Amino acid sequence: MTWTLVIVLAIGAYVFKVTGLVFLGGRSLPPILERCLALIPAAVISALVVKDTLTAGQDVVIDARAAGIAVAAFAAWRRWPLIVVIVLGAVVTALVRRIG
Amino acid sequence: MARRDVGDHVAWWRDPDLRPMILACLTLSAAVGVFGFSFGVGSVAAGSSVAQTCALSLFVFTGASQFSAVSVIGAGGSLGSALGGALLLAARNGVYGLAMSRRLDGSLGRRLLAAQLTIDETTAMSVAQTDRRHGQIAFWFTGVTLYLFWNAGTLIGALTGSAIDPETFGLDAAFPAGFVAMVWPLLSDRRARLAAALGALICLVSVSFTPVGVPILLSALAVLVGLQRPVDGAVVAR
Repeated sequence: MTWTLVIVLAIGAYVFKVTGLVFLGGRSLPPILERCLALIPAAVISALVVKDTLTAGQDVVIDARAAGIAVAAFAAWRRWPLIVVIVLGAVVTALVRRIG
Repeated sequence: MARRDVGDHVAWWRDPDLRPMILACLTLSAAVGVFGFSFGVGSVAAGSSVAQTCALSLFVFTGASQFSAVSVIGAGGSLGSALGGALLLAARNGVYGLAMSRRLDGSLGRRLLAAQLTIDETTAMSVAQTDRRHGQIAFWFTGVTLYLFWNAGTLIGALTGSAIDPETFGLDAAFPAGFVAMVWPLLSDRRARLAAALGALICLVSVSFTPVGVPILLSALAVLVGLQRPVDGAVVAR
């Protein structure tokens, strides 16, 4: 992590917020663009799940994290509270790692 | 910063119509505090300093982007790819801003401040209110409360993370577990599920032959499923 990244990200994130709220205020985007933008979190966050669970650098690996995240996904599916999802993911990963 | 001059005889926090919002917000704050904690731990584990970790929460203040940036950098990705992924995720706050601009009153200064608080939770809490005044109170109350909990959680997490070995406690799985919790509610419609599956697939396929962090950028191509018109008038996922 570098301070450059912290600063550029802080400015970039604020620019998005302020553009929508203050500068473009009240206008609406073309529906097609709005539909695509609305899908960014689903697409990118699920990619982050894959990256943080199944990869190490440029390798695809299956290790203790896969077990932890499988249990976390079950908890999310059952709509258990966020804290339970995170703690289960971490605890199961730690346990499997210890046994393995 | 929460409005106290609401121009009503009843103080807003005693308004029975707002009680469900306040209760929901406090529940949410506890969750956000835990989330902030796991961000703090994970960020320090990924090589950020405590100061950098806290600066991210104070000034970026949009969880998914922060997690994404730290996760990519921690895995050895370049600054460009870390920034790209994080900014893609930050773009949706611009859309929330468009929605909120019609709902918020106040001076330019107040709107500039409101912009920093324009995130998933504040927008959702505000648009859930039927009354305009309630919507504004919900926005500010949620924004200020979450800001405090998110940053307090981050600080405590960062300090904890520097004191323990994250892998022993499985805390490296806290990021993806948090992501799972974040993405699940988004998967309520078919189109979002398709985008999520495609995003995951693109990442898995491209990870071995692209630099670290780039698969996250490529996964955004999955949003192109949005080009097709909704068939059954399905609501756009938020």
